[in-house]
Amino acid sequence: MSDSRSFVLGVYDDEDVLLKAVRTVREAGVKIDEVYSPFPVHGLDEELGYKKSRLPIAAFMFGALGTSLALTMQFWMLGVDWPMIIGGKNFTPMPDFVPVTFELTVLLAAFGMVFTFFVSTDLKPWKDPKMLDLRITDDKHVMAIDLGQNKAVADSLSTILKDSGAIEVNDKEVED
Amino acid sequence: MTKEKFDFHAGIRTKVLIVGFVGLLLFALGGVLSGRGGHGDDHGDATHTEQGHDADAGHGAENAGHDSDADAGHGEGHGGALEVEFSGGEDTGGGHEKGWWDRVITDLWINNVYFTGLALIGIFFFAIQYAAQAGWSTTVLRIPLSMAHWIPFAGILMFGTFLAFNHNIFHWTHADLYEVGGAHFDSIIDGKKGYFFMPGGEGGGFPVFYVVRMVVFFALWYWLFKKMRDLAYAEDELGGTGYWYKIRSYSAIFLGIFAVTSSVSAWDWIMSIDTHWFSTMFGWYVFASWWVSGLAVITLIVVLLKEAGYLSQVTIDHLHDLGKFVFAFSIFWTYIWFSQFLLIYYANIPEESVYFIERLKSDHYSPYFFVNLIMNFFFPFLCLMTRDAKRLLVFLKIACIVVIAGHWLDFYLMATPGTLGESGGFGLTEIGMYMFFGAAFIYVTLNALSKQALVAKNHPMLEEAKHHHI
Repeated sequence: MSDSRSFVLGVYDDEDVLLKAVRTVREAGVKIDEVYSPFPVHGLDEELGYKKSRLPIAAFMFGALGTSLALTMQFWMLGVDWPMIIGGKNFTPMPDFVPVTFELTVLLAAFGMVFTFFVSTDLKPWKDPKMLDLRITDDKHVMAIDLGQNKAVADSLSTILKDSGAIEVNDKEVED
Repeated sequence: MTKEKFDFHAGIRTKVLIVGFVGLLLFALGGVLSGRGGHGDDHGDATHTEQGHDADAGHGAENAGHDSDADAGHGEGHGGALEVEFSGGEDTGGGHEKGWWDRVITDLWINNVYFTGLALIGIFFFAIQYAAQAGWSTTVLRIPLSMAHWIPFAGILMFGTFLAFNHNIFHWTHADLYEVGGAHFDSIIDGKKGYFFMPGGEGGGFPVFYVVRMVVFFALWYWLFKKMRDLAYAEDELGGTGYWYKIRSYSAIFLGIFAVTSSVSAWDWIMSIDTHWFSTMFGWYVFASWWVSGLAVITLIVVLLKEAGYLSQVTIDHLHDLGKFVFAFSIFWTYIWFSQFLLIYYANIPEESVYFIERLKSDHYSPYFFVNLIMNFFFPFLCLMTRDAKRLLVFLKIACIVVIAGHWLDFYLMATPGTLGESGGFGLTEIGMYMFFGAAFIYVTLNALSKQALVAKNHPMLEEAKHHHI
């Protein structure tokens, strides 16, 4: 792996132009590394051809874990370890277990999903984000194209981006 | 260019009429079968069965009291449960033996309440979109609006059913309950007479207050529906944003009124069947059942129209949102249902738990009790959980059909144990009448839908709906 990656950045100031640009640029055979925008742009992930997120699977797994943990805990506590009569019910009354089971399912699903997301996107407090252009936190959308992955079209990149509606095209080197 | 208007052509008309006709046929067949199968036996054994039931329920209550180990409250609670059971068992049918005809009357009432709810949810959905200033739903709003056309029919049917058969459905309509010192005097029901007959008045005559409530509710609903409908159709002709603002004002008025009337009608039409019993959750419970089945009907009609080539502006994103509604409110219904159940189960007060003993300790109803939960919670929950399922028409259709049928069963379970006790049944009669009412409801809905444009032409939020994306 090289020590640095060089990017070509197309800067856009309108999300509709950006959406069309993503399509035309990809049709021209360019591989887009990432698009940065200050707010969520509807339909962008479809245009970029992203694969479906697998986060819901993680959420379901963590939820199921919460359900089984909660049920095991309650059955063990009230059925095995310290049986108690509460409200004249059996030692292990299922309806009474539902609220705790529900809460633990939701809790584990939510926390599990958040931490899975953090891990999979490498988000952490001490992360040093590589800002390709400061204006992506303000009012500009930036399409980042990795030169290393697009050697074949390297010469025409600037024209392709300009034609697709970019207001400026910049080069940027990023330390890896 | 897709068709702007729904074409309610002869083919569809015939299909709907055939469903209604088959319903009538099944209904008649159910009558013939029950008449031949056990008519004589039913009559002979009616008293006997009820006694058996009383003994069973008393036994159940005894068990519950016994389990609690609360010796101090044991005798008292036991006696209370027996008293409730005794009067309930003896008087619910007004001394009649309960045969097929009583089943028919109860079914009539269940279908009245259920389809009134679907029509009301039509206008409720419409109103809530305006009150929330929602744009995404603009392209589907004509479908709930058409469903609400059933309101006048529902009102007439319910009023007629009540006048003709109130003694068969409602225990509290019997005059002898209010004769102080009489053999059937019931002090608990006597304490509620002001709510049924006239505040501060005598019990036992014509239930003026109850009937006035019914008439006023239907009149208010119909009046507000008519206002909003006329404004919505006038907008098609003339355009401008003024109509939208006017409809929003009427929506706010309707929602305020509906908040109260939906609860009160749930007490009146369903909860008062079990006259001794009450639940503070009941208004919400009935509303939740109406709401999710109404949403399922809206979704199903949109999917079917889409498949028939209409509604080109309705994208998979709209259907996804409708699917989310059905999914989310199935869980909401379960939440309400379970909240009511858990409190009563946990507190174990005999006069409250008798409601669930009638349903759970009964040979006849306890299977349906669990089928109800499976159809209305587990199935839609698991079937519509993933994003893909909500975006596949076949999954949406299956889930909606199960939810629509499941909530009919929910209303069946609310009403039948109170009116028929253990002599209730579920068979061709019930299915047939449900199909007949369903066909009538769909006929009115589709007929109204075909009269106007399928999508509002000049709705100010039409553009937003067209570009809806999630």
